[in-house]
Amino acid sequence: MTGPGSNPAQSKERRPDGAALLIALGLAAFGAVMIWDASSIPDKSGYSGVGAAAMPKFVGIVLLVLAALTALTGLRGTAGPRVPQQQATPILWIVAGMLSIVFLVHPLGFTIASGILFACTAFAFGKRNMALTLPVGLVVSLLIYGVFDQILKLNLPAGIPETLVFGN
Amino acid sequence: MSTFEFLLQGLGTAMQPMILMYALIGVTLGTAVGVLPGIGPALTVALLLPVTYGLDPAGSLIMFAGIYYGGMYGGSTTSILLNTPGESASIVTALEGNKMARAGRGGPALATAAIGSFVAGLLATLALAFLAPHIVKLALVFGPREYFALMVLAFVTVSAAFGDSALKGMTSLFVGLGLAVVGIDGLTGQARMSFGVPQLLDGIEVTTLAVAMFALGEALFVAAKPVGDEDKVQELRGSVKMTPEDWRRSWPAWLRGTAIGFPIGAMPAGGADIASFLSYGTEKRMSKHPEEFGHGAIEGVAGPEAANNAAAAGTLVPLLTLGLPTTATAAIMLAGFQQFGLQPGPLLFATAPQLVWGLIASLLIANIMLLVLNLPLIRLWVKLLTIPRHWLYAGILLFACLGTIGVNPSPVELGMLLIFGIMGYLMRLYGYPIAPVVVGLILGPMAEAQLRRALAIAQGDFTTLVSTPLSATLLAIAALAFFVPLLLRLRGRGQVLSQFGTDED
Repeated sequence: MTGPGSNPAQSKERRPDGAALLIALGLAAFGAVMIWDASSIPDKSGYSGVGAAAMPKFVGIVLLVLAALTALTGLRGTAGPRVPQQQATPILWIVAGMLSIVFLVHPLGFTIASGILFACTAFAFGKRNMALTLPVGLVVSLLIYGVFDQILKLNLPAGIPETLVFGN
Repeated sequence: MSTFEFLLQGLGTAMQPMILMYALIGVTLGTAVGVLPGIGPALTVALLLPVTYGLDPAGSLIMFAGIYYGGMYGGSTTSILLNTPGESASIVTALEGNKMARAGRGGPALATAAIGSFVAGLLATLALAFLAPHIVKLALVFGPREYFALMVLAFVTVSAAFGDSALKGMTSLFVGLGLAVVGIDGLTGQARMSFGVPQLLDGIEVTTLAVAMFALGEALFVAAKPVGDEDKVQELRGSVKMTPEDWRRSWPAWLRGTAIGFPIGAMPAGGADIASFLSYGTEKRMSKHPEEFGHGAIEGVAGPEAANNAAAAGTLVPLLTLGLPTTATAAIMLAGFQQFGLQPGPLLFATAPQLVWGLIASLLIANIMLLVLNLPLIRLWVKLLTIPRHWLYAGILLFACLGTIGVNPSPVELGMLLIFGIMGYLMRLYGYPIAPVVVGLILGPMAEAQLRRALAIAQGDFTTLVSTPLSATLLAIAALAFFVPLLLRLRGRGQVLSQFGTDED
């Protein structure tokens, strides 16, 4: 949603699009893995003539074709608007928060892991005062745990704060 | 029994206090997520799936449908006052609606959007009720090959027919189809694409993928945007009353919007966003005041808002009668049905008529609730727009993780959430549509099963796929929907199509 003229330095000449080439590479890898995996499936096709390996092979081949087409458009280059400049720091903060969920939710429980995610996300969006956001996150998470685990019977991993407040 | 009697019976179910409660929760939540930027009906239903696991199936499904309808109502508020659509089907509403708000006519804009949504929702839900039994009768003659042809058509319309690039749409679709292969093959029991990881044998959860792409992908995308890009909330001044002139100009637009939106939703021809774009174009062409377009023409709000609600009701036609989702929200609602062991389709009308007709009748009631929620209480919803973004997105991500942990608290599942989230961010960044991935993931295994069943019946003869007039016609339409836009783009007429390309959520 950038307005016109937000990037006056933008050149109109065509040049190879590196991102498209990387995307093509990723698609080709995905397709190749699908075909490779399908080739190890014993294809008992039965009456239909198509077995369990047919679909992954087909999808894999189409992905390779799409990768080739993407690479072609990438090489031809684009004169259109480029992707707007991205800020890396907020992304790293959100990813860090998500990693806290992946690795801490089991050892430490839902409240602590989600509280950290909450604070990290708030930081990414410009609220940098962790002395405020972390306690808020912890309290909100504990309330959510109470509602969803205790009342709605969703099975959430418990840690020390949960057992202290809600018992076993 | 006639449709009318079924509908009366459905109203009996819908009037039960508990069911009314579910409907009220649904429309309230739906309006809220419609108003909030960055969170739409698809994501909300996905987040609620694990929570409703132990609740009443009829009530939960009514709640989901209420969220879908409510999202369509609420989205207009954000478009008009903030110029940032709350959900994709309200993008065009912003064109005229925000101009009206800037000119101090935000009240009438909100009113015409709400009343238009009501008129369209009412008419389209009645159309759904009277159309559904006929399609059910038709669907009874459907065999595997017809279902397969229908799914191919749905694949083409969600991925290649609209948007600015068929290549990007097809890429999204096939990534979804590739992810759909992961897990145990339903027909032979062989493990595919699981690389010996036991958690992958169950396949990739639709909820995990949808939550990751819509919540995490969106949060990353918004967070990484350069600073100073936000729009300002227009204050709601004056009353929400429409003048007689406004009424006179609005009602034909509402009816036209309904007439455009419902068929588009009902045929597998794309979702509410496409309907609202078409309606906007129609209003611009038919208006007696074309010079007002772009400066706050009320028809440009009334028509698209009616169209997106009518289309939302229309999408329920293929979903309920054929089990065929044509939008991301419908795909996730299908996952909701399956969670309760229900398979939408012609049989559901025979085995669970109370549920189906209760659902349809509830939508009529939900519409009335939404009108009440959205007109007198509009100032309350506007307050939601003042929530600072850091609290909003921190909360959204918290709920996103809650949903996934509720389904399956394994680190593998949460790792997938993170990976798909990053994928969703990159897709947004480089202009790849999200909806085809979700639809591919949920329809892929169904299409594959129907194809293999059809071929097994015909003993491996591929010509069976075009051997009935119906399946041949459906596949021909699919081919047309694929090649005609391709030719249009090659001849440089692609701008028209790229207008329809949006991140549907």
